[in-house]
Amino acid sequence: MGIMDSLRSMFGGKPKAAPEVKPEAKPVPKAPEVKAPEVKKEVAPKKEEVKVTKPKVAYVHLSGCTGCLVSLADTYEKLLDILGAVDMVYNLTLADARTLPEGKVDIAIVEGGVCLQDEESVHLIKETREKAGLVVAYGGCSATGNVLNFSRGGQWNQPQHESFVPINRLIKVDAYIPGCPPAPEVIYNFCIAAVTGDTEYLKPFMANEAGGYHCGCDLNTRVIENSLCMGCGTCAASCPTRAIEMVYGRPSFNNIRCIKCGACSFACPRTFLPVNKIKTLLV
Amino acid sequence: MSFGTYKEVMALKAKDGKIGGVAQDGGVVTTLLCYALEKGVIDGALVAGKSETPWMPKPTIATTKEEIIAAAGTKYTISPVVSTIKDAAREYGLEKIAVVGTPCQIYAVQKMRLYGVGARHIPDKVAMTVGIFCTENFSYAGLRTVIEDHCKVPIESVTKMEIGKGKFWVKGAKDVSIPIKETHKYEQDGCHVCSDLTAEFADISTGSIGTPDGWSTTFARSTRGKDLLSKAIADGLFEKKSMDEFKSAPDAKIKSGLDLLGNLEKGKKDKAKKHFDERKALGLFVTPEILY
Repeated sequence: MGIMDSLRSMFGGKPKAAPEVKPEAKPVPKAPEVKAPEVKKEVAPKKEEVKVTKPKVAYVHLSGCTGCLVSLADTYEKLLDILGAVDMVYNLTLADARTLPEGKVDIAIVEGGVCLQDEESVHLIKETREKAGLVVAYGGCSATGNVLNFSRGGQWNQPQHESFVPINRLIKVDAYIPGCPPAPEVIYNFCIAAVTGDTEYLKPFMANEAGGYHCGCDLNTRVIENSLCMGCGTCAASCPTRAIEMVYGRPSFNNIRCIKCGACSFACPRTFLPVNKIKTLLV
Repeated sequence: MSFGTYKEVMALKAKDGKIGGVAQDGGVVTTLLCYALEKGVIDGALVAGKSETPWMPKPTIATTKEEIIAAAGTKYTISPVVSTIKDAAREYGLEKIAVVGTPCQIYAVQKMRLYGVGARHIPDKVAMTVGIFCTENFSYAGLRTVIEDHCKVPIESVTKMEIGKGKFWVKGAKDVSIPIKETHKYEQDGCHVCSDLTAEFADISTGSIGTPDGWSTTFARSTRGKDLLSKAIADGLFEKKSMDEFKSAPDAKIKSGLDLLGNLEKGKKDKAKKHFDERKALGLFVTPEILY
């Protein structure tokens, strides 16, 4: 079973027929931090030649600011690892392909939310879901609605463009990476884990609660209300707009400043605690 | 007895009298941070500094020895140290940050290194994590109640607080101790599901339990933690003893310092398990894997 198939089954989809092996495909660069058994299986066959299929990736840009793509580029030289590990078949900012390619792609990375009054956007997200094996809601706008939650229409020259939704309102989403924008390190870790099949790392991103409407209020409803807050201050550090201040050891949250990106509750060590992964850091 | 993974455990006491005078126990954290700063291993540290309110810690970014020494000593209330990590990297422009914190704060930092969606370019700047043993913490109002209502001394007059030998000690104009049991109801409830006493995810962790007054039980957990500790010891900053030197009489109930630490650790883990189950039964959300 190839990497993509195992990924697909991991995300709950059915493995499809083995993707064709491209002779020119280069082996996936080995990630320094993560080594997954799947990769070893790929390397194991008796044949001398290592054959690994690069996943076809489409980068879909909806109502976003391109900051998420910039954040991807902010992985600096590691971007070469990422681009070397995938076959980028569609990305309007970086390549010439004008439309999503015919046939299937393996992974669609979606930046931005969807404007319901823009027919083209609605069509594009539907088409993305039909064509992609996995859909990743990348960044706050796509995953949680983020600043698009405040859109009210009434502006020239499309005053009717008023309703913007995170993509999971229209299609099924396989993984969410919240944050405005997500940190480059997280993006790198995510990409490498996806390519090497590190399901343990990916699990928190695949949780349903990672997507949809989020707000600093999550700290109240998910953490403090459940008597889990211990005042570490991670939420305050993670907030991109400094909407969270620690007062007497608890987050005090400024609703007017919050842009609903979902970073604080995702970063909170009391929403999920990746113990096994943390152990790998202690070498 | 598990104490997480570690390469070495030892008893340490800082030789520097200046640090010994202000430190809570053996002065391990203060001495190590000053040493790491001097050697360029770190260029700043996130510590629990002092604020205008008596015994209310303020998360502080310390970039000089003086600032580090000024933050010595335990404050038994919440100091949201991780909240300053981004400021340290941005406004202070630090490249090699040390974080000093309780076990929960250490795992917060470690999680941030892996899943810090809002922590751009922070992971590679965490140069060192120093964990402090922690049984539980109090809210500020809780601490104040313990001191002013139970110990009956004004909080301003206190010069040192300690928890040990089953008692909460307050020192200053008047030395007072009350049974630790009296303080239980003021504990922060979020601590009750915590199963980490010895800061199992830090590079170096240290605390008072297991060694006599003026000494610290210290674990070197990671390679970088062990390297720093060995160099500091080789440079003569610490008196070092093996933990075996603190053995009790053969007929004593608790055989050694490490046994005592092990008992308390087990107590904390068992308590966390109990609270975890109780909360689940109530239908509350409890952090998965928190019991590890």
